[in-house]
Amino acid sequence: MTVSPIENGIVLDHITAGKGMELYKVLGLAELDCLVAVINNAYSKKSPTGKKDIIKIDAQIDLDFDIIGYIDPGITVNIIKNGVNTKMEKIDPPETIEGIIKCKNPRCITSVEQELPHIFKLTDRENMVYRCIYCESKAK
Amino acid sequence: MRSLIDILDLTTAEIDELVSTANDIIADPEKYAHKCQGKKLATLFFEPSTRTRLSFEAAMYELGGNVLGFSEAQSSSSAKGESVSDTVKVVGYYADIIAMRHPKEGAPLVASMKAGIPVINAGDGGHNHPTQTLTDLLTINREKGRFSGLTVGFCGDLKFGRTVHSLIGALSRYEKVKIVLVSPKELTVPEYIKEEVLKAKNIEFVETTDLEEVMPQLDILYMTRVQRERFFNEQDYIRLKDSYILTPEKLATAKPDMCILHPLPRVNEIAVAVDDDPRAKYFEQAKNGKYIRMALILKLLEVE
Repeated sequence: MTVSPIENGIVLDHITAGKGMELYKVLGLAELDCLVAVINNAYSKKSPTGKKDIIKIDAQIDLDFDIIGYIDPGITVNIIKNGVNTKMEKIDPPETIEGIIKCKNPRCITSVEQELPHIFKLTDRENMVYRCIYCESKAK
Repeated sequence: MRSLIDILDLTTAEIDELVSTANDIIADPEKYAHKCQGKKLATLFFEPSTRTRLSFEAAMYELGGNVLGFSEAQSSSSAKGESVSDTVKVVGYYADIIAMRHPKEGAPLVASMKAGIPVINAGDGGHNHPTQTLTDLLTINREKGRFSGLTVGFCGDLKFGRTVHSLIGALSRYEKVKIVLVSPKELTVPEYIKEEVLKAKNIEFVETTDLEEVMPQLDILYMTRVQRERFFNEQDYIRLKDSYILTPEKLATAKPDMCILHPLPRVNEIAVAVDDDPRAKYFEQAKNGKYIRMALILKLLEVE
């Protein structure tokens, strides 16, 4: 199977196998007019499973790096302009995320005050643990 | 403008400063009798409380200030559906400082973001209760003269016991503290306390269901009540409520200078006969609560 190279656009490479479609959904790529390819289970030398997912977007768009860093911080982002690739090796997990996930703790103040923003803070970088800033429940 | 939402908002140096101020107030209360003249404390208690609310009110009166507020959600606009954010925005115009208790976790943090005046978390559900922790620390300081090197046993409901979580967090910042966790299996300390506090800070800790086995090691025994209001299921509460009852007989193997603490109210987890034991310090602890809250109000209002 061949997916042709792109001249101007973005390639998200080294996505953990199985997370490609999740990213496609949360990044809102289904809304785009341009060509978008999601490749699942591509061969990977780096990955311990030997597999990776890849997303190719045939346009320059603003990506939410916080979402990428939260869902899969090991991803390589390649921004291609006129055929020249500017590689960002690894996306760091963001210190805080807002509006991406909701706190599910029924005892949290966010369960009764709907207008409050759902904000999570990175409390354990090694294990990628995010906690609700209000009740400190772990993000699931 | 500072608020106190979590005990870890305070550095250990600030805790030392508060403890020192509280000790000074105990030694010479007259010196502080007019420090907050013209200032108002709003006590916003959306959940019932006796000690905490009254000790806040007594603290402000003894500083020469005034108090306004409510003691249950039904007598506030929250009964009409008003949000915490709206309530505190308004209270921020009437008072200089807020002490808030709320059944929902994180409500005082929301209040501190919106009120425009300092907010003290007076307990948010099963989450945090930093002024109880300050009370506990003042009592430990007065009884033991130090925090480092102590073996502290926590017994009872360690899952929902917010005072336990806050005190473990505070003690974990001192050297050579050993924590002993005694609870039924259903009420063990939450995983995140073990992973992100105890293990992360290399604090020695053990978990057991047997209080008598660990009793001889303890410098402090912190008893807690199994709280009916934290259970969704009444049958679980009934099954677990009598797991540990401290009696004079069980204290036979305890150190002669061990200190028994309890955040109160107690139900039956400490037999009344224990009250006469010189090691029982829980009423002294409740008294200390007023003094440390006086010190905290002074600090947050930046009164010299």
